[in-house]
Amino acid sequence: MSSVPLPMSRQSRISWSRVIIYTVMILFLLFYLLPVYLILITSFKSFDQVSLSRMWDLPNGFSLASFDRAWNGGEGVIGMRGSFWNSIQLVVPATVISCLLGSLNGYVLSKWRFPGSETLFTLILFGMFIPYQSVLVPLVEVLREIRLYASIPGLILVHVVYGIPITTLIFRNYYATVPNELLEAGKIDGADFFGIYRHVMLPISAPGFVVVAIWQFTSIWNEFLFGLIITNDPQLRPVTVALQNLSGSQFTQWNVQMAGALLVALPTLLVYIFLGKYFLRGLLAGSLKG
Amino acid sequence: MQQVKASTAAAASRPATQWLRKNRDRLIAIGLISPSVIAIAVFVYGFIGFTAFSSLTRWDSLTPDFTLVGLRNYTRLFTIDRFLSDLRNTVTFTALFLAACLAIGLGLAILLDQGVKGEAIFRTIFLFPMAISYIVTGVVWRWLLNPGTIQTGSSGINLLFERLGLGFLKSPWFTDPTIIHIPPDSWPGAWLVQNGFGVLASPRVGISVAMISVVLAATWQMSGYTMALYLAGLRGVPDELREAARVDGATELQVYRYVVLPILRPITLSAVIILGHISLKIFDLVVSMTGPGPAFATDVPAFFMFDTTFRGNNFAQGAAIATMLLFTVALLIVPYLVYTTRTEAEL
Repeated sequence: MSSVPLPMSRQSRISWSRVIIYTVMILFLLFYLLPVYLILITSFKSFDQVSLSRMWDLPNGFSLASFDRAWNGGEGVIGMRGSFWNSIQLVVPATVISCLLGSLNGYVLSKWRFPGSETLFTLILFGMFIPYQSVLVPLVEVLREIRLYASIPGLILVHVVYGIPITTLIFRNYYATVPNELLEAGKIDGADFFGIYRHVMLPISAPGFVVVAIWQFTSIWNEFLFGLIITNDPQLRPVTVALQNLSGSQFTQWNVQMAGALLVALPTLLVYIFLGKYFLRGLLAGSLKG
Repeated sequence: MQQVKASTAAAASRPATQWLRKNRDRLIAIGLISPSVIAIAVFVYGFIGFTAFSSLTRWDSLTPDFTLVGLRNYTRLFTIDRFLSDLRNTVTFTALFLAACLAIGLGLAILLDQGVKGEAIFRTIFLFPMAISYIVTGVVWRWLLNPGTIQTGSSGINLLFERLGLGFLKSPWFTDPTIIHIPPDSWPGAWLVQNGFGVLASPRVGISVAMISVVLAATWQMSGYTMALYLAGLRGVPDELREAARVDGATELQVYRYVVLPILRPITLSAVIILGHISLKIFDLVVSMTGPGPAFATDVPAFFMFDTTFRGNNFAQGAAIATMLLFTVALLIVPYLVYTTRTEAEL
């Protein structure tokens, strides 16, 4: 930064360390991008170009045949089109309900603390770390009992309930940064519980809602175990289960699998690319910090 | 009615109204949070209780049988070959996965912290796998690490190595049944066998080579996350601290060794706990990438539980695996949760 010219030796040492830094970073870049490269060159190949020995060759022109097969099905492949619609029907309501619930819970646990509310919060948080294997069997039984087993609403309920810990956590930490004086002022003006929520908290909640919405959208879209167990019906499969079946049944049609994988990854990738900052915030909140 | 009451109270004394109003709002607050509390009480704690209970029963078919049998389902687990392989694989996976993620995560974060050009692009690319489903990762990495057969010749990354003249790096990847362990006929092995620790010199305790493929895919997915954690921590280190150390004559390495790394220690703790509990629970990636593997070389407890319960209908045995899984996760998470929420409350 200094305008005084540096001695030659120091300058060259710095540039050498730069070279090393960039080399290492580019090597890691290749590591992270290698699967992306493979997915792209494989999925855009036509069927007659797909062979093991030519798997690293670039496709001759762009063929959308693999995407067509993955999307619409045919020749022993069950198309994934229906499962996309299922996932959308699942993700949208579950995300909206999660946001509203998380926001109210966060508001209560940050601004209306009561004796034992901190302990309660810790007990709620534990729910986001459990292995879901430890609740699956009674979960299925209860869903059968309330006639929500093997249905999209059942899956929505499950994702909303097991999303409570993380959504509450994000909103609670977010609302904790709102100064209490603002609430006191609202109270003096005669605002009650809902008045303060409506006029003080809600107007500044947009970033919290974006973080939680992105988090829930991504994790529900990507979720596999609940989808596998609860939608015990091929017609109701979410995308992850459909992709797993696609690759399980058609071991040789790699191009179709890669096309399917790309289709499943695309929605969350787009969200990540355009709203990465908020995605990162959700990620960091998940480690209980920030 | 209520309005009348409230206004009479207001006439009586102003603090009393306020007390009432405050409590009314507090009651609303408790009322609003109770559906969530009840849901968590039932869906988390109630269901865990049921699973723990059924692990003590004889429920081994589609018809529930709640005859209590004590800890038999647990003791039996330790005689099942698949479960013992799972324990070994979990240790292998957790150790390698943690080491790889922490090293790569910290390394990349420090490099990015050097004021690199195009930092945002690097960061975005290092972190993007976190946005993707484990199923996608598994499907792609299975194709990438597919070793090929004698008939087809090399495929996947092996073929790439061949083309790049790096043929010595070729490997059977996740199809490798090798377990690296202390050979019983070596001198430490013989000593262990003689002293009744023969199991330590058997394939029961060792490194499942096929598991390394799963570690590779999982590291691809999660190391960027670890980097993000460290980067957030590095950004929190005040520049004055580093500057002060430099003024005192510390080299860049010493600045990191004595100033930066100690500040990052709590982040390492968080990362170990978050990544550690993920690796104990790992399921999706194994299902989509390898399945149980040759001689259960890539099998994990979560997968064994799934098979036992939903394919084998041995509900009590499955519940025992699930309970053990939960118990190990809780050992890691509960102290961390209590510690984090408590320190936060003190602030």
